[in-house]
Amino acid sequence: MELVTEVLHAIPYDQILIQTLNGIVAGMILALVASGLTLIFGIMDVVNFAHGELFMLGAYVGVVIIAATGNFWLALIVATVVVAALGAALQITTLRPLLGRDPLTTILATFGLSLVLQNYALWQFGPVARKIQEPFTGSFSIFYLQYPWYRVLIAVLSAAIIGGFWLFLKYGTYGIWIRATTQDRVMAQAMGIPVPWVHTAVFAIGAGMAAASGVLFAPLVGVTHAMGLDWVLKAFIVVVVGGMGNLGGSIAASIFISLIESYASIWLDPAQAVIVSFVVLILTLLFRPTGLFVPTPK
Amino acid sequence: MSKRADGLYWTGFLLVLALLIVAPLVLPEFWQRFVTEILIWGLLAMSSDILIGYTGMVSFGHSAFFGLGIYGAATALLSVRPPNLWLAFAYGLIASAAVALFVAYFSTRLRDIYFAITTLIFSQIFYVIIFTWTAVTGGENGLTFSRPALAIPGLFSLPFTSYTLHWFVLAVVTVSYLTLRRITQSPFGMVLQSIRENEARTRAIGYAVERYKIVAVMLSGLFAGLAGVLYAIQNRFAAPDFVYFLVSGETIIFNVMGGIGTLVGPIAGAAFYLLLREAFSRFLTEYYLIPVGIIFIAMIIFMPQGLLGFMRRRLNQ
Repeated sequence: MELVTEVLHAIPYDQILIQTLNGIVAGMILALVASGLTLIFGIMDVVNFAHGELFMLGAYVGVVIIAATGNFWLALIVATVVVAALGAALQITTLRPLLGRDPLTTILATFGLSLVLQNYALWQFGPVARKIQEPFTGSFSIFYLQYPWYRVLIAVLSAAIIGGFWLFLKYGTYGIWIRATTQDRVMAQAMGIPVPWVHTAVFAIGAGMAAASGVLFAPLVGVTHAMGLDWVLKAFIVVVVGGMGNLGGSIAASIFISLIESYASIWLDPAQAVIVSFVVLILTLLFRPTGLFVPTPK
Repeated sequence: MSKRADGLYWTGFLLVLALLIVAPLVLPEFWQRFVTEILIWGLLAMSSDILIGYTGMVSFGHSAFFGLGIYGAATALLSVRPPNLWLAFAYGLIASAAVALFVAYFSTRLRDIYFAITTLIFSQIFYVIIFTWTAVTGGENGLTFSRPALAIPGLFSLPFTSYTLHWFVLAVVTVSYLTLRRITQSPFGMVLQSIRENEARTRAIGYAVERYKIVAVMLSGLFAGLAGVLYAIQNRFAAPDFVYFLVSGETIIFNVMGGIGTLVGPIAGAAFYLLLREAFSRFLTEYYLIPVGIIFIAMIIFMPQGLLGFMRRRLNQ
């Protein structure tokens, strides 16, 4: 009995609660990044290595707009639109010619894109991290700590964007076009759906979602040219764990992995907490190579 | 295979080899080093060609094998006095083979894109371990060590000069090339190529595809580790940057630029890439990746065969 009470006392409840909150917030941002990635993969078999760079460019456009106008919400919208347009342009110039070739060539082409975009950002904005001010600074208290409302807002906004996008896919005319293209590219074309433009639009939407998450997340960490790399790796883990091309699975996996990493960082150095999500990936590959959050394939 | 085409191939081979042997004698100091470096990166690229070009698996994790080769060699060179060349090889190859076995066991369960992503994530695991395990690996600062002498115990011992180092590297790379070429033409290599062409059919014929893939990844990792050991001996330092996945990315760029499935193509690709880097960094400093990246993308779209792809059939005869 004494041992049990001792163990119960040793559990840091306050930290666990705070890390749960942190995990959910990080998970929602990750879900926003990963759902764009998984959508792009599900529709055109493109593994977008440059997704993290779109996230990073979104944050930089946000920095520029805030410096010019001082309005965070305007920056969020402009960054989303600008990066979505950039995404469309990149898709037309580099990915459209690769349509119908081995999907592996697209991972190479987008890797090239990521190198170019990253170094362009370094060239344009320099190596010093930029800071975006939080749009408001209120906070509420749990135990002895102040928890900022802004973080809660990030989670809610990400959920709203993903939810809105899901509704669009489910009920919007163009959303139905997108789902039709996912199911059968050739048949969709035969029904008069402009498949190449659906591809472009999906890439643009994914890019816009990445940019929005970049702006939302920037106040928490600061903006650098290399910030996208961590995110694209995490998003890759998420899409493998969640089942590639599976929107619901990626969202569940994002929150799952972020929570685990948050809990791990109570006891581990944050740099090492990443290894925990690697371990989740390895276990997934061992026991459920098709993904944790998909129905068992027959 | 006709006798004439065979003769042509060996004439070309000897010609290039002769040029590479003479290279350090005629080139100025900087370019001497440059050619040696091309050979080492070329070996790394060639090792990954076994997977990309012959087995049809794109590995994004070659930096792990390469980096472990470097760190393995570093451990040997730091722990034994005086530093021993052959011990460095042994340690480096054992380290990279162990990592390759681990990576191969898990990643070969997956195909295509999933394989690429998994190998990428595995290499990042090793990067994080090496980056954070400061006590052993020196963390961010890496390790520096001295270069061993070229010695055969009981026979002779010579310190490396830039000439002998170049010839030594050239010898290792040439032997590796001939070995890999022989392997790709062996029955084992034929099975790998049939996995590339049609995996389901290869399995149906009765080959244990998974086992062949594991051996292919290990073989590839072993030669990548060999490149790592050579790099350690040439540059006398180990840094976590060499385990970072950008090195894997560069390895793939070498392959695509030079032409996959040719073994020598990747070396040509490494030479082409390093020359481009040298040329562009003269006036763009560290931003050379902007034009090089654009050239890379253009080559994927317009020249998927790479520089030497047109000779693919001939090189594999």
